[in-house]
Amino acid sequence: MTAPAYNFAYLDEQTKRMIRRAILKAIAIPGYQVPFASREMPMPYGWGTGGVQVTAAILGPNDVLKVIDQGSDDTTNAVSIRKFFVKTAGVKTTTTTTEATVIQTRHRIPETPLGDHQVLVYQVPIPEPLRFLEPRETETRRMHALSEYGLMHVKLYEDISRHGHIATAYAYPVKVDDRYVMDPSPIPKFDNPKMNDCPALQLFGAGREKRIYAIPPYTQVVSLDFEDHPFEPYRHDASCELCGATDSYLDEVITDDRGTRMFVCSDTDYCGTRRAMGHGTAAEDTEAAHDDR
Amino acid sequence: MNAPAINTAFASQAAFRALMEATAQPGEIRTASALGAPAPLSPATAALVQSLTDYETPVWLDDAFARVPAVAEWIRFQTGAPIVQEPRQAAFALIADVEAMPDVTQFALGSEEYPDRSTTVIAQIERFGGRAFQLGGPGIKTSRTFAAEPLPNDFVQRMAVNRELFPRGVDLVLVAGEMMAALPRSVRITEGF
Repeated sequence: MTAPAYNFAYLDEQTKRMIRRAILKAIAIPGYQVPFASREMPMPYGWGTGGVQVTAAILGPNDVLKVIDQGSDDTTNAVSIRKFFVKTAGVKTTTTTTEATVIQTRHRIPETPLGDHQVLVYQVPIPEPLRFLEPRETETRRMHALSEYGLMHVKLYEDISRHGHIATAYAYPVKVDDRYVMDPSPIPKFDNPKMNDCPALQLFGAGREKRIYAIPPYTQVVSLDFEDHPFEPYRHDASCELCGATDSYLDEVITDDRGTRMFVCSDTDYCGTRRAMGHGTAAEDTEAAHDDR
Repeated sequence: MNAPAINTAFASQAAFRALMEATAQPGEIRTASALGAPAPLSPATAALVQSLTDYETPVWLDDAFARVPAVAEWIRFQTGAPIVQEPRQAAFALIADVEAMPDVTQFALGSEEYPDRSTTVIAQIERFGGRAFQLGGPGIKTSRTFAAEPLPNDFVQRMAVNRELFPRGVDLVLVAGEMMAALPRSVRITEGF
């Protein structure tokens, strides 16, 4: 074949311009959801079509891409999106957090601190934090315009009155630069503090809901709470059985049909790196270490 | 065949990425350039116009640009963007004579519900140096010293008005030759070192 079958990174140039303009507005108005003309992608909604469009719009030939799904480099979603960009953009990919310039993520923030040369792209299912409290877009838009977020505090308060504590465990609402309340996508609330004052640019893409929003580097991101019920990140009271980490977010893995379970790091790169350094049990050659090409 | 010598997809991405990084870190300088644009379009302005404008984005030109018919012709031919007479209708406003630039309230500021429906102002200056400012806000760890000239005498007051309108307001991109720096509406700016 002499001509490329796709434009670089799949999307046509007009689509990229439209998405790029939305990204620039999103960065200028931290936490505000910019509407964009989301395209159909060659994967179903719920598989990261928003994140894929954002990644396709920012990606250049010299970028190094990492894709994670729930912290893992080697689950179906991560592997298929990585292959998609290898095929359509020919970019270099990596599983090592520190080597990546663009990291697309579903539902986690890497444990390794990010740098100011990196961009974190989140896949977002429902971008509107107020949607389950107020179904009308016209109303939620008005509430954002007026910074009228009392309803969200009522929701958190109802959590406390019913459960004795704020029971929201993921997609925990945050306030960005003291203005917009924002849905951080379904990351565990363990990850919320990593968004605050983060050196990396954070971009959020919701394909089905057609919204893009952003947190610029070094921006104040506060998890909503009450003075007498302060925000607390949750973590299983255990250490990783593979690398022994006591500071990482853990997945609970059922290992047989009699309820035996183990806890392991959800971030496979963090866990593998620690094991390679001699923590915990020795690392085996994992699937994620193989090149997709 | 009139095949372009450079890959337009890569050139467009490079100019966008420069502006994305500049917007994410207000006051940081990035570079971009496009060839063949008529004066007084500077290389970075031309690169941004090619990268970001098309038939969906009305462009407004200040008098110094409008005086040169080749500028509007180049933009129409390269991008298909309509040239509009009212700054309020513009998605992008191009300013060659920065000291005579209109007040921010002359541009589209967006609404409280849709603050993104606002003008991005690209203004050409001589250099990033001389008159100094302190920047703060999102994208800046503590504060950043930024210098640019020439600018309107009441530049800090204008930017304060723009910040007061937040989340409405315009996003400003300053360009000197191949260099650019962004002052998005989220920035807080004061005079001095």
